[in-house]
Amino acid sequence: MKIVVTVKQVPDPNSNLTLEGDNSISREKEVVLDPGDECGVEEGLQLKEAHGGEVVLVCMGPERAKDAIRKGLSMGADRGVLISDAELAGADALLTARVLAAAIKREHPDLVICSTESYDGSTGMVPPMLAELLGFPQLTFAKKVEVDGSTVKVHRQTADGYQVVEAATPALITVTAGIAEPRYASLKGIMAARSKEIKQVAFADLGVDRGTPAETIEGVADAETRKAGQVIEDDGSAVDRIVQVLAEAKVL
Amino acid sequence: MASILVCAELNEGKLASTTLELMAKARDLGDVYAVALGSGAKAAAATLGKHGAKVVHVSEDAAFGEYVAEPATDALAALYEKEKPDLILFSFTPDSREVAGRLAARLGSGLIANASDIAGSAGGFVAKVPYFGGAKVASMKANGKPAIVLIRPKSFEASETGGAAEIKQLDAAVAEGSKRAHVTERVVEASEKVKLEDAKIVISGGRGMGGPQNFPMLEELANALGAAVGASRAVVDAGWVPYSMQVGQTGKSVRPGVYIAVGISGAMQHTVGMKTSKVIIAINKDAEAPIMKMADLGVVGDALKIVPALTAAVKAKKHG
Ligand SMILES: Cc1cc2nc3c(=O)[nH]c(=O)nc-3n(C[C@H](O)[C@H](O)[C@H](O)COP(=O)(O)OP(=O)(O)OC[C@H]3O[C@@H](n4cnc5c(N)ncnc54)[C@H](O)[C@@H]3O)c2cc1C
Ligand SMILES: Nc1ncnc2c1ncn2[C@@H]1O[C@H](COP(=O)(O)O)[C@@H](O)[C@H]1O
Repeated sequence: MKIVVTVKQVPDPNSNLTLEGDNSISREKEVVLDPGDECGVEEGLQLKEAHGGEVVLVCMGPERAKDAIRKGLSMGADRGVLISDAELAGADALLTARVLAAAIKREHPDLVICSTESYDGSTGMVPPMLAELLGFPQLTFAKKVEVDGSTVKVHRQTADGYQVVEAATPALITVTAGIAEPRYASLKGIMAARSKEIKQVAFADLGVDRGTPAETIEGVADAETRKAGQVIEDDGSAVDRIVQVLAEAKVL
Repeated sequence: MASILVCAELNEGKLASTTLELMAKARDLGDVYAVALGSGAKAAAATLGKHGAKVVHVSEDAAFGEYVAEPATDALAALYEKEKPDLILFSFTPDSREVAGRLAARLGSGLIANASDIAGSAGGFVAKVPYFGGAKVASMKANGKPAIVLIRPKSFEASETGGAAEIKQLDAAVAEGSKRAHVTERVVEASEKVKLEDAKIVISGGRGMGGPQNFPMLEELANALGAAVGASRAVVDAGWVPYSMQVGQTGKSVRPGVYIAVGISGAMQHTVGMKTSKVIIAINKDAEAPIMKMADLGVVGDALKIVPALTAAVKAKKHG
């Protein structure tokens, strides 16, 4: 089974994020393989271990996004593809999906694994767009994935439980955080990753129509914040005060 | 007048409350019509009429509920070609996201996701989109034809206008080729007693609860108050409680009369989902936790002691 996992490099969610002068989120600081995509890589590796095949990582991003791919390779993925081009800086979801789709089509995968949403954009719009452009069915919000021959079956997380969703491959799935605990890269894995291939693809070679960006940013403002109210130490009277606030709010 | 198409979301045949929130806003933006797909569509159309839809396109084809996203994308793409609305509105919910994404890719229009507001502007639409964990809000002009915008739940308040919609049958024979991602089973794990989104009081627990063994403490308080229990992502990711309880950027948005945050630090990604609550109470042992800077009442102390005492006090007040 040939598996493509899309991987994105994002500002480290555990670092203190800052904004640039133009209000974009600074990428100068630490960047990491998106933790959601780490789960995607793990799931891809587990499927490969169970069914054989190859795990290919596809990423669109700046030159240094190679580090994110390298991280996945050190976990055990076989090779990587990086689409890096100055023209793609600030690409919106549709352009991103178009670029990824063009690169992924060349790989003829049986399965494409994305994360449900990225840690920085976190709108989760790239995967359904990608599925559409690839002409694949989409099985999303998976908290469990099973492959049986050419059938892929997922447990799709819902508000009150899950749905079982099935499709024939080729298909695209999105995985939720916690589907599989990402493995640590072993020293051997890290060494092996150094000699694994990361193919660089130029935007111009993909024959993708740039299209018009879906939006133009007209301005940025601070979100409305709430004012702090009263802060009290719990000296034994806190419960009474809470009860009083509940009563004032007419819920008790 | 701009023409606005609202894409209704039906869950097991029931119209989602988020769709009615969209209707309230759509009425301010132009002529509103709606589309409802799947079993329950006709009943939904009557409700949509009461909320200001002039026309509702319906199809009761069961395929819309049985197959993920693709049949709905086919139907909406066909409807778009016929009606050419200026704006298509979806809720920013898991089910609507999937359809909106495919539709935007098929029409080549792109979309604006995660919007918290939208307004008309010189021949187009400008959406407000929170980002940077909700600390900033960007104004984004929609360039797509059509403009497709996905709105966060609880951004607007639903209200009836009392009209009646003309119901039009949508002749959307679903292509066999689109019947692929097949929903073969639905499993209900947690039947919430009080729905998080509708509750008047929400009590959410975070990592400060110490472990899953202490969550029943919150449930007891919730039972006494008639409240729903929510959670931070940290405890959902840790597997203490199901995802359905998660409040925040990647979980649910709530707007109750009172929100009680217990052992939650108040990261922006959490507060973006609850900061429009009328009254916020925080219980946290750290006086410097960010949640304390936005709570109407912040109690500095040990949640594991305060919660049971509060439950007892509430019960005493109710029965005494
Ligand atoms: C892309 C993205 C999306 C995210 N989406 C969400 C989301 O939807 N929802 C969400 O909640 N988070 C979300 N997060 C995570 C968020 O950034 C925080 O990590 C998370 O909200 C922290 O959860 P917490 O407050 O339970 O844990 P912590 O931050 O660890 O806070 C625990 C708090 O408990 C207090 N405490 C400890 N012991 C006690 C005690 N005995 N009594 C009282 N207080 C005690 C501590 O003082 C502390 O303030 C997201 C993050 C990212 C990057
Ligand atoms: N530039 C990118 N390169 C590779 N994968 C991406 C990129 N952008 C988005 N994705 C994939 O799509 C998922 C959801 O991203 P988003 O739609 O931005 O929330 C990510 O977790 C990735 O798997």
